[in-house]
Amino acid sequence: MATEARGDERLVAAICRGDEGAFGELVDRHSPAMIRVAQTYVPSRAVAEEVVQETWIAVINGIESFEGRSSLKTWIFRILTNIAMRGGAREKRSVPFAALAAAEDTGGPSVDPDRFLPADHELFPGHWVVMPARWPTPEEGLLAGETREVILAAIEELPMAQATVISLRDIEGWSSEEVCEALEITAGNQRILLHRARTKVRAAIEEYFGATEEIDLSAVTPELAGDTGTEKDSTS
Amino acid sequence: MTDQPFQLPDDDLACVEEVEIITDYLEGALPAEQRRRLEEHLTICPGCTEYLAQMRELAGGLKGLRSEDIPAEMRDAVLAAFRDRPKT
Repeated sequence: MATEARGDERLVAAICRGDEGAFGELVDRHSPAMIRVAQTYVPSRAVAEEVVQETWIAVINGIESFEGRSSLKTWIFRILTNIAMRGGAREKRSVPFAALAAAEDTGGPSVDPDRFLPADHELFPGHWVVMPARWPTPEEGLLAGETREVILAAIEELPMAQATVISLRDIEGWSSEEVCEALEITAGNQRILLHRARTKVRAAIEEYFGATEEIDLSAVTPELAGDTGTEKDSTS
Repeated sequence: MTDQPFQLPDDDLACVEEVEIITDYLEGALPAEQRRRLEEHLTICPGCTEYLAQMRELAGGLKGLRSEDIPAEMRDAVLAAFRDRPKT
């Protein structure tokens, strides 16, 4: 945090001096996430881009009054949210992020229940039948090769609030606190959205790799496990 | 594996529960008791250990993934506004 504050201070000083390179860098760093967040408030990508452009103008005009009480990023996104809410109202669609998120929350299971043994299984209730198997991830990581496209497609398919949270956390590298503040959601809500998003992207990668392994059920049937009913509590 | 019939701990966490709380675990938001049950479960369950490894890999592996660049006209307009800003 202290490092970030010092970096902010230097950056703001450079921008106030008229350093266009420093300002351009700031624009490049934050605009993708800003477009993403703005889109959750306004009806189209085009309007979202207008909101982002308007935000940068407001940043230019207001940068000298930035006092460093929050991080520069938080300050910029607060301006963005204010402008986006106004834009959303003009377009008759002003939905707070939390409401958008609540409307998306379907509450289904994270993994297909058929992949687990039933809850009344004698030996391994609720345990895997079709386990996740090791991914053959290339050495360069998940973003090398075709998995990059698989991940992008999976994120694009997510409901908007989930896509926004996973983008800010895992692509932009924001902390959970920063996400909660920018989107005005609780820590619990942020985790739910992140969980749903990561769960679906994980499933898409797993499907792409075909990385599952079925457990030999005959090896976990009660008959083969022998005398499990006896001396069960010998250690307690 | 041993010849002994395998016995789950009495308060074993089911895998079907693990997949629901894994993000809370990674976020450091699990209550201590649930955290303990999960960590004990992980010592005996290769499936959940792999699931956790994948969620970790995903959480740490997307940095820099950008779907598209920012529109050039927007960038140009914003930088032009910066050059033309009123000087104080």
